[in-house]
Amino acid sequence: MIASLGLILLCQLMGEIAVREIGLPIPGPVIGLMLLFVLLLGRDRIALLRRGPLQGGGVEKAADGMLAHLSLLFVPAGVGVVQQLDLVAEHGVAIFLILLLSAVVTLLVTALTFVVASRLLSRRSAE
Amino acid sequence: MTGNPFSLWVYLSQTPLLWLTVTLLVYAAADAISQATRRSPLANPVLHSVWVIGAILLLTGTPYPNYFDGAQFVHFLLGPATVALAVPLYENRSTVLSAVLPMLIALAVGSLTAIVSIVLLAEAVGLPRDVVVSLAPKSITAGVAMGVSESMGANPSITAIAVILTGIMGAIVVTPLMNRMKITDFRARGFAVGLASHGIGTARAFQVDTVAGVFAGVAMSLNALLTSLVVPVLITLLVR
Repeated sequence: MIASLGLILLCQLMGEIAVREIGLPIPGPVIGLMLLFVLLLGRDRIALLRRGPLQGGGVEKAADGMLAHLSLLFVPAGVGVVQQLDLVAEHGVAIFLILLLSAVVTLLVTALTFVVASRLLSRRSAE
Repeated sequence: MTGNPFSLWVYLSQTPLLWLTVTLLVYAAADAISQATRRSPLANPVLHSVWVIGAILLLTGTPYPNYFDGAQFVHFLLGPATVALAVPLYENRSTVLSAVLPMLIALAVGSLTAIVSIVLLAEAVGLPRDVVVSLAPKSITAGVAMGVSESMGANPSITAIAVILTGIMGAIVVTPLMNRMKITDFRARGFAVGLASHGIGTARAFQVDTVAGVFAGVAMSLNALLTSLVVPVLITLLVR
């Protein structure tokens, strides 16, 4: 458990270092995500990596535990936002409506594009 | 016991312990309600935890920095949780790999839609330029969105509010919206909510379906990258 958490933090740390040093426009944890993904792929091929948290479902269990309560992690930032709602409200209620409208349009357009694209592509590969 | 309830309160309200406990307990209650309603979109645990804790802070006159001293331990886990997305991505890699092209097409179209729609709507209702620019990156994760906003001379605080609101709105709306439109492909549903509503949308997707959650996580990561690159270009094209 501790080793698994340590591995996850290590991946994030490497990600943060990479972002700072190279000046990538990506958040450090996203680099950490890719790093952990590569490690998981690597341990299937290289026996040397199959130890500690990378064997017996160690890091898997730690990750699942964290992701099961992903919602909780947004609460502190959300509370900060609630206290500043007037900053937005002073520009009128319209802001809330246009954010909602934009979210709905984005959801629909993205999902429909995905569905249409995957249908067209699978039809082409079937031919 | 000090015998003085007020001095006890003064002490407790300054320690991280009190507000960490409040955060966990309020969330546990909100999550229990969400489970009891079989994950009804309206019982969104982020939404209800946030307003209940907000009200507690207001009633006790607690400044946000005091609250955050305790809540920061939870907030800190956002980074590790993002790294942890590698595990479901790895476990579902063949499903993800077989959908790379639809994902990239939906990413490009969806990302542009998110930015262009909010910029045009904000201009249509006559918001000032700096607010329009602050709203533009609202679909991506808060840290990156605030960076984009700051680099363009806009207001990162307004951006943070727009990001969280967009996250909660998308997480609530996605299930009824997709059901009504008869979109049953959980890959598409997850990808859409991750792209439009970043981590809060991804958290919702994981509640509904693991595959949806994986696609949401991929969409969230890719859109953070694309939006941060594209917003500066689109703003110069769309905003006078």
